[in-house]
Amino acid sequence: MNVLLVLPLVIPLTTAAASLLAWRRLPLQRFLAVAGAAALLAASAALLAGVWTNGIAATQMGGWPAPFGITLVADLFSAVMVVLAGVVGLAVAVYSLASLDEPRESFGYYPLLHVLLMGVCGAFLTGDLFNLYVWFEVMLMASFVLLALGGEPDQLRGAIKYVTLNLVASALFLAAVGILYGLAGTLNLADLAGKLNSLAEPSTVTALAMLFLVAFGIKAAVFPLFFWLPASYHTPPVAVSAVFAGLLTKVGVYALIRVFTLLFVQDVGYTHTLILVLSGLTMVTGVLGAAAQQEFRRILSFHIISQIGYMILGLGLAGLTTSTALATLALAGSVFYITHHIIVKTNLFLVSGVARRLGGSFELKALGGLYRGRPGLAILFLIPALSLAGMPPLSGFFAKLSLVQAGLGAGQYAIVAVALVVGLLTLFSMTKIWAEAFWKPAPADSALDSPPPDLGPRERYTLLLPIGLLAVLTVTIGLAAGPVFTLATRAAEQLVNRDAYVHAVLGGQR
Amino acid sequence: MTAVLSGFVLALVAPGLYRRARAGAGWLLALLPLGLAGYFGSYTEAVAAGETVRASYSWAPALGVDLSFCLDGLSLLFALLITGIGALILIYAGGYLSGHPQLGRLYAFLLLFMASMLGLVLADNLLALFVFWELTSLSSYLLIGFDHERAEARAAALQALLVTGGGGLALLAGLLLLGQAGGSLELSVLLGQPHDLRGHPLYLPMLLLVLLGAFTKSAQFPFHFWLPGAMAAPTPISAYLHSATMVKAGVYLLARLHPLLGGTDAWHALVTGFGAATMLAGGLLAVTQTDLKRILAYSTVSALGTLVLLLGIGTSAAVTAALVFLLAHALYKGALFLVAGALDHETGTRDVRQLGGLWRTMPVTAAAAGLAALSLAGFAPFLSFIGKELVFEAVWAAPGAGFILAPAAVLAGALFVVTAGLTGVRPFWGAPRATPRPPHEAPLSLWLGPVLLAGSGLLFGLWPALVAAQLVSPAVTAVVGHPQHVLLALWHGFNLALALSGVSLVLGLALYLGWNAIRRASACLEPLLNRGPAMWYEVALRGLNRLAQGQTRLLQSGYLRYYLMIVLVATAGLTGATLVRRGRLASPVDWSGLSFYDAGLALLILLATAAAVLARSRLAAIAALGVVGYSVALVFVLFGAPDVAMTQFLVETLTVILFVLVFYHLPESPAVSHTLARLRDALLAAAVGVLMTGLVLLAGDVQYHPPISAYFAEHSLADAHGRNLVNVILVDFRGLDTLGEITVLAVAGVGVYALLKLRVGAQGHSAAGSTEVQPARTDAAPLEPEPGPVPAVNGAPQDGGLALANPAAEEGGGR
Repeated sequence: MNVLLVLPLVIPLTTAAASLLAWRRLPLQRFLAVAGAAALLAASAALLAGVWTNGIAATQMGGWPAPFGITLVADLFSAVMVVLAGVVGLAVAVYSLASLDEPRESFGYYPLLHVLLMGVCGAFLTGDLFNLYVWFEVMLMASFVLLALGGEPDQLRGAIKYVTLNLVASALFLAAVGILYGLAGTLNLADLAGKLNSLAEPSTVTALAMLFLVAFGIKAAVFPLFFWLPASYHTPPVAVSAVFAGLLTKVGVYALIRVFTLLFVQDVGYTHTLILVLSGLTMVTGVLGAAAQQEFRRILSFHIISQIGYMILGLGLAGLTTSTALATLALAGSVFYITHHIIVKTNLFLVSGVARRLGGSFELKALGGLYRGRPGLAILFLIPALSLAGMPPLSGFFAKLSLVQAGLGAGQYAIVAVALVVGLLTLFSMTKIWAEAFWKPAPADSALDSPPPDLGPRERYTLLLPIGLLAVLTVTIGLAAGPVFTLATRAAEQLVNRDAYVHAVLGGQR
Repeated sequence: MTAVLSGFVLALVAPGLYRRARAGAGWLLALLPLGLAGYFGSYTEAVAAGETVRASYSWAPALGVDLSFCLDGLSLLFALLITGIGALILIYAGGYLSGHPQLGRLYAFLLLFMASMLGLVLADNLLALFVFWELTSLSSYLLIGFDHERAEARAAALQALLVTGGGGLALLAGLLLLGQAGGSLELSVLLGQPHDLRGHPLYLPMLLLVLLGAFTKSAQFPFHFWLPGAMAAPTPISAYLHSATMVKAGVYLLARLHPLLGGTDAWHALVTGFGAATMLAGGLLAVTQTDLKRILAYSTVSALGTLVLLLGIGTSAAVTAALVFLLAHALYKGALFLVAGALDHETGTRDVRQLGGLWRTMPVTAAAAGLAALSLAGFAPFLSFIGKELVFEAVWAAPGAGFILAPAAVLAGALFVVTAGLTGVRPFWGAPRATPRPPHEAPLSLWLGPVLLAGSGLLFGLWPALVAAQLVSPAVTAVVGHPQHVLLALWHGFNLALALSGVSLVLGLALYLGWNAIRRASACLEPLLNRGPAMWYEVALRGLNRLAQGQTRLLQSGYLRYYLMIVLVATAGLTGATLVRRGRLASPVDWSGLSFYDAGLALLILLATAAAVLARSRLAAIAALGVVGYSVALVFVLFGAPDVAMTQFLVETLTVILFVLVFYHLPESPAVSHTLARLRDALLAAAVGVLMTGLVLLAGDVQYHPPISAYFAEHSLADAHGRNLVNVILVDFRGLDTLGEITVLAVAGVGVYALLKLRVGAQGHSAAGSTEVQPARTDAAPLEPEPGPVPAVNGAPQDGGLALANPAAEEGGGR
């Protein structure tokens, strides 16, 4: 058994269980939360290193051979995603120390956070379709409670929409898994890949693929299934928004990419054209939604949707080209984009929390004067914001560049035009936040006018350190775009070359 | 490479340095560009001898992005302008904004810009060029918005960013297409290879995209409106970015790509046409203004148009003219901007109508202004005189269009004379006027730049050989593509160019004398030439906002029921369409295996479902649902899965009890939906139900592979030591699933506890955001079902139960 594959599940589970046991001892919980997140990051980094050197890793839970038991698999894509979950987990755990109110902290926030991380890691690592469903449930329950924790009316209003729409997704997912099992008689992804591909009449599978598209599309907040996201992301404490923004939708994207590269490749001309169209609509509706907002977190929330479009753009392109090199480039673009996005988006939410702490609001109208008074924070905002808008030489530029190159290579000019224009509109949104919250003088009655609510020394570290480190990561990914893109390319190669995955799971037997 | 990087590094430390050195910081920082100018200067000989200096660093080779640089004649000319003027600007900014609390940031942005601009003109890799291109747009944004507490400055910064940024994206697409067509993103490779991009099927889109990038950056009509807006920046910034260097990036790009894309009919028509239109529009608009900086801005637009026009013509004479003109323009226009800044700084106004007779109090500035103005007007013996003659000559000789372009150029030249009079002469001569502040001479830092710049214009005019062989010739060579030896001379003999030059001078002087009348007369052009294009920007922006709000209100309505509806329609639509496309919904089902009990149960389920839907009272509906659940459990019994059936019985019982308990406390609700809405919902529900049924039938219909459950039956007792297959699956074969589900239950427990116990008081920050759409529909909230803790609590265990019950049903119930 490859213990590295199990650690990303065991560490958060143990941390959560230990924190639950330490229910009344908040300092211990805090320590456990940060230590657990750090351990998760370390373990995930080790996993990535292992997969990088030794190729796709797979381990059979309970020792039952695949496809009969549950398999955990880590290819480079999975490993990268787990590392990102570790990064976000650690950043948010540290940030939470100073940003969360004590009532929430003492009502299970830290255990819930780690259960959420466990669910996310499980989803990235599982090689079994029903097990994926289970991790989705873990995530959904943990995220729902995190979302509603505190019981503010707004939170509950958002949470009820969140949970209802996500339960629809779960139900569809479950139904689809059931029918697929009826068709192919197996749940193991690698096994399914082989069996679905040997079908005489693949069109039934294509119809089924639509159910998966909708189920995962809801999770990923794809047009027109994204409503739960803008309805809820601005309601919980910032730390919760940040971890959601970083990870939740990306699990949906991960699942889409996984099943539409591994399982549903029978009728790519149809399915992937559909994905491409959805990606365009998602990009456009998301960015327009953001343009209509005047509140820091709402703007950011709509941009998540818009960028989900970019992520599945690569998936769509990969299916629509006959050239392996182009397909690899497109998927590498998706992987790169997800990597960049998770770091940047989490960071922007974290910054929004500091802006609120200093300016007293998330409303752009009520904010202002941060550039004059807080140049450091201004830079820390500008880095992820410009990266989000795809400004060179930050990470977002290379993410966009690779997708645009793939699009031009595949001759999909319309979607390239959409992607570029949406990039400009993203820049527009980011400058809106910049001009209103940072450049504009603080409104007369704002909190900045009175003696500024300065961050205490402890807050300064716990709030700004994660932000700073994530910003450094953003710059580094930009400046070291070569090596990072090589990683993304190798991950994409593994996605394109499905035999390697199947072989790693099933061994010689087919 | 180091040359470019050093600027970025210095930008990082500039604010810190400023905090230490204060007043001296500008002088200190200017040492870097000065040093760089010397460094580039040292390559003059080599470049003039035909060498190109190269350096290359790998960045993201898989994406075609590499930091490869190449110093040839064209790059060298620009690099010297950038660093030379940059040094003067840094010194000037220190004096102009002395004591400003954010001067340190200004230095940082200036250096950031300088480094980016250097990168732009030195880059050999097209994508590296683009990276620097965007960085100049960005630093321009930050610099235009320097006075960030003024709303106009913020708006102008945004406008400049969006216009140039939009062009930038077009440029990116164009460059990538170019790279794809040419097989490389390295300029040197593209220029060196034989096959011709001009015949490529994508040539026209490529050209249009690149031109869009160049035209927006270089403020060509109809995108020119952002440039006067950019005058919101402090004057040294306007002088540097928005006159001498950044706005010439588009011109640089056209010159750079001329050997690759130039020379076609499309190139001639587009580049020449837009250039000519810009030249005239800028010139005409310049004379309608009264603000010194805006006059200069429009005159810069005109000059940029002239440069583009010349590159459109593309003959070696035109290219030579363009480069000489470019050099001359950078010198005198920079000087005049700095003079305008000094005037503003010392008198408190930039309105030409309020300025006069200042030569007495500001003699040095006046002298510099005079020199620069004579240069702008194109008098001998300035470099610009030579440039002007070359322009007339090239324009006249333009194939096919000389007779239209030449008069246009003469008119533009005349308008230049007016501009020169307004900005360089009028404020200093005539009767002194009262100014907001009593005028006095500017300090050294403020007059050094103008004097040096204007002086060089004179120097190069008197000794054109200083620049001809070493600077201009290699640059022309780089653009034209084959070696050129340019000879510059003040005296060309009596020829047509001289005559045209004379005509334009005389006409210009006449226009200047009648300026007031002309200003009033040409004011009618303003709406057409300026407000028209600017209006498009505003209309587009407003349209975008309106579209965004309309769309968001439509989609993100705030009503959960609409969300659900759209999601279900999408599900039914996508799946249904795919099934229809498949041509055959489901093959006829084989009913022969159906027993009496099966059929009876199915009927019971259907009847109970109908009853649940039609029931008037809540309790009846719940009871009916309970019947459905129990019948499903009986199905499990029929198929030999008593464990699953037991679970289902328990879950159903609990659900019904919980529902009854909850609903007992709720008031009887009136019918909320009207008939039409009910019909719609019924249709949707039926569609989804039919689709799911169809899919299930399909799965049963075509079972392609035997299920893996045989393995479980075989190994359950032998290896897992359990007689109950379902149990073994739950705790052993698929134990990880069960671990996950237990976690779900635990979390649900925590959730229920926390939701019941914890109420964080409304903390104010969310008070404004009760609905999801920003223009808040106040009526949306009350219509929403109030999500109290009840449904939330209820949802939790129910979901856990559902998840727990189903895997067993899925896997244990193998046939």
